[in-house]
Amino acid sequence: MISIKNVNKWYGSFQVLTDCSTEVKKGEVVVVCGPSGSGKSTLIKCVNALEPFQQGDIVVDNTSIADPRTNLPKLRSRVGMVFQHFELFPHLSISENLTIAQVKVLGRSKDEAIEKGLKLLDRVGLLAHANKHPGQLSGGQQQRVAIARALAMDPVVMLFDEPTSALDPEMVNEVLDVMVQLAQEGMTMMCVTHEMGFARKVADRVIFMDAGQIVEDCPKQAFFGDVSQRSERAQQFLAKILQH
Amino acid sequence: MNYNWDWAIFFKPTGIGSEIYLDWFITGLGWTIAIAIVGWIIALALGSLLGVMRTVPNRWIAGAATAYVEIFRNVPLLVQLFLWYFLVPDLLPEPLQIWFKQDLNPATSAYLSVVVCLGLFTAARVCEQVRTGIQALPAGQTAAAYAMGFRLPQIYSNVLLPQAYRIIIPPLTSEFLNIFKNSSVASLIGLMELLAQTKQTAEFSANLFEAFTLATLIYFTLNMGLMLLMRAVEKKVAVPGLIAVGGK
Repeated sequence: MISIKNVNKWYGSFQVLTDCSTEVKKGEVVVVCGPSGSGKSTLIKCVNALEPFQQGDIVVDNTSIADPRTNLPKLRSRVGMVFQHFELFPHLSISENLTIAQVKVLGRSKDEAIEKGLKLLDRVGLLAHANKHPGQLSGGQQQRVAIARALAMDPVVMLFDEPTSALDPEMVNEVLDVMVQLAQEGMTMMCVTHEMGFARKVADRVIFMDAGQIVEDCPKQAFFGDVSQRSERAQQFLAKILQH
Repeated sequence: MNYNWDWAIFFKPTGIGSEIYLDWFITGLGWTIAIAIVGWIIALALGSLLGVMRTVPNRWIAGAATAYVEIFRNVPLLVQLFLWYFLVPDLLPEPLQIWFKQDLNPATSAYLSVVVCLGLFTAARVCEQVRTGIQALPAGQTAAAYAMGFRLPQIYSNVLLPQAYRIIIPPLTSEFLNIFKNSSVASLIGLMELLAQTKQTAEFSANLFEAFTLATLIYFTLNMGLMLLMRAVEKKVAVPGLIAVGGK
């Protein structure tokens, strides 16, 4: 579904991604972790071309991102993305947030879009808030709406960029629950997250990045199994992150 | 102060036709409003376009808008008006020149000059407000819209501008009031708007203080009304949980 091939990216002379290659198969859940500044968010943003890269290629659902002829808006409309800071549109109501791209990007009728949007809103348990505005919801609720908004586009793959990092601790689980459910339904997912509990529960593979490189890329059992088999950098990271 | 106030002056005949002095003020107010409203439409439309241009990811487009702002913001309004009224018509092609200088009623040609002048001058200021409104929004908003498959024009019209305009209503209100006040420069190219009528009343009747007191009251009342109108607009478009409606 996603094939990342030897991607290199520089900001000026500073290399942020070095020779990154990996695959996410259909139905697979891949968790990307690593210390801050390791390039994990940059990598996931390259997958739907929000960040340009200078070398290599990423192929999403048989569409090459490096190919200049690719219709990027069309590709992006098929790739759902959830952001750290939710990025709901604050001037629109929750139901408008759920329908605007369905209508303006996919060309669905308003009725069809509303029906779809409300169904998904119900699924994340927020149907009662359809007519509110994002500023009236808690962070956890906003992030659940953001997930519903991405799902409304019927994406072939979902990207999550630290979806719980900006949340108060007591709201993390309500968002993770939605993500776990999604994973169990077979959605293809690539998640940048530090939630190792989530990784243990639903990930098929874990990628560990450091200094712009993919250091570890292995099945969950291997990643969390015999730690001594892992790179020194991954061991240090895991030691820190698993302490609490 | 040894001065005989005579407020009845406004109801006395001017000696020209059957007009009383108050009629002059009403005509003047009509011109002032006609200048300001049309100038504002130009300023808002062009200023919004320029504001968007300054924020697009294209150096040439952004640079062109920046150049516009620097030129129109750094030359005094009055100088600009004289350029539009005295110089620019001479640069027009022959038929247009004749049309502007001979065929048009002098009041109409002065009106066109001042409306274009104020519209373009104020557009530079509106541009800066629209630009700051857009730049005040989190970059994530644009990223999220791109991620949903929107194209850049759709991102501006559906995501960025509706939020930016809400943010900049207070400074935009100041600019809206400014264009009414700035319209008084038209008196210097012979257009009989409110200030010109006031001066004429003062000269004809010698009731200088009354004339300028009334003009002051009219400008003040007009602008207070506009301010209240804009505040009502701000309340109407306020979004729950987004931006607090300011000032009482």
